[in-house]
Amino acid sequence: MTNLAAIKAEATRLRGVFEAAGATPVDPPILQPADTLLDLYGEDIRARAYVTSDALRGEQMLRPDFTVPVVQMHMEHGAEPACYTYSGEVFRRQEDDPDRASEYHQVGFELFDREAPEAADARVFSEIYNILKPLKLRASTGDIGILTAAVSGLQTTERRKAALMRHIWRPRRFRALVDRFSGRTSVPESRASLLAMDNPMEQAAPLIGLRSHAEIEARIAALREDAAAPNLSENDVALLDAILSVRETSVNALEHLRDIAVDLPSISPAVARLAKRLDALNAAGIDVTALDFEASYGRTQMEYYDGFVFGFYAANRPELPPVASGGRYDALTRQLGQGREIPAVGGVIRPGLVVELGGAA
Amino acid sequence: MSIKIGVPSKGRLMEKTFDWFAKRGITLGRTGSDREYSGFVEGIDGVELVLLSAGEIPRELRAGRIHLGVTGTDLVREKLGQWDQVVEELEPLGFGQADLTLAVPQAWVDVNTLDDLDAAAAAFRSVHGFRLRIATKYHRLCREFLRENGVADYQLVDSQGATEGTVKNETAEAIADITSTGDTLRANHLKTLDDGLILRSQATLYRARRADICDPDRKTLGELIERLGVG
Repeated sequence: MTNLAAIKAEATRLRGVFEAAGATPVDPPILQPADTLLDLYGEDIRARAYVTSDALRGEQMLRPDFTVPVVQMHMEHGAEPACYTYSGEVFRRQEDDPDRASEYHQVGFELFDREAPEAADARVFSEIYNILKPLKLRASTGDIGILTAAVSGLQTTERRKAALMRHIWRPRRFRALVDRFSGRTSVPESRASLLAMDNPMEQAAPLIGLRSHAEIEARIAALREDAAAPNLSENDVALLDAILSVRETSVNALEHLRDIAVDLPSISPAVARLAKRLDALNAAGIDVTALDFEASYGRTQMEYYDGFVFGFYAANRPELPPVASGGRYDALTRQLGQGREIPAVGGVIRPGLVVELGGAA
Repeated sequence: MSIKIGVPSKGRLMEKTFDWFAKRGITLGRTGSDREYSGFVEGIDGVELVLLSAGEIPRELRAGRIHLGVTGTDLVREKLGQWDQVVEELEPLGFGQADLTLAVPQAWVDVNTLDDLDAAAAAFRSVHGFRLRIATKYHRLCREFLRENGVADYQLVDSQGATEGTVKNETAEAIADITSTGDTLRANHLKTLDDGLILRSQATLYRARRADICDPDRKTLGELIERLGVG
């Protein structure tokens, strides 16, 4: 059997396992409207997805993943609760690393369930865990929901919280904002001189372009409000840092986060969800005393995930991308749902890596 | 066979390149009329001049169809993925200096840094319903720079010329373009951001790492590099 034939056979087998677990097979198109993906991911997606176009439909992208089309399909005409599986190629543009594949197979499992999100998290994780068990992979887990809950509980202005939320998935900008809001870095000179002026628009050059006078004044007002707001306290910064540095087994991480929640009660509901999820994982036969948990896991790679996140890695092959990955993406269903939303969690396996690691049945 | 040097086919860039080689005892020149794109090399045997548009030289270097090439750093970094594995930077030539930089309307008194641009972009998107448009022809360089600096809620719109005019024409809100003195920016009521310098570019002599080369040519190339004093 050729390698590609082996990968396709493995993909079919994996999809069969998910179907046997109750998932409905779906087959979204390869060409996706570029607008939707650009609105979700921003311009960065162009560095990762192939863009093509025609005169009739405009810009299209070769699907970089299945999640977006599956969510759209479900939001349009899916019944609840729903569980889907799919298998096929995804396409990733590579600009910097010739060893990374630009076309590979994914087999996915997606669960849309309003009733018991923690049980749904555990179900998706354990389905994939059980399939990959013979490969003896290392599983990493995290929970973006704890970080967002921490930000929402900070003693600071709503505007600052919104800025931090917006950059949860860009750790460098997030850190720069924390440093500025806490007074660790000083206000840039240009901003200080702007704030010192009574009427900064008075001497300004003629206004060109779409951004209006009112928009500039609104931002100046926001900057004045920000300058008048007290610094984010050292205590709040220390709590954020404490959360971001949690990296231990799930059971220990839970205890550690419970300690932090005493000082930052806003994370308590998210920590309670973590506890429920660990119970559900335990009930599914997963040893949570040995399962790694890292609070900052998934912050750079998985931008639409907003709760539980996970990945499976071959420990002796560090050059390989994760064999499987996934997580919860409630906010994505809200953005694509045009006013509707449904809690959703899912994950994908790369059959090509399963074959490469000798795990195909 | 012979060693092929790719040089920009017209304008100041060509003349300055010819001057630079002449100072090192190698005469490059165009043959025939001004309209004919063929050239000659004197002062060393076995070297051939190929006149090309500066924008095509990175591609020709990557393909190995020329062994050496003179073009701007900006073009090499924009057009070649993993550029440093495709070409070797032999020598910056000290002319053709230009900065690729982000610029916004001067009237945006509230925007002077990337941090400001990011905040303005978020607000702009919520007011106008689309991402703030940055006009450029340097898509890759601009996108990588903005990603590294954590700027979001923008979109790049393609502009192959007269980029400074796009803001006034309301086809973009900001630009990323090459500027040498800043005069064109000022004349179009634009200003650079304090930390908006994406790349400092100048004309540079490159060697193609992947070009096929036979033994006599390798000897010629070695001699040429030594004569130019760039080895």
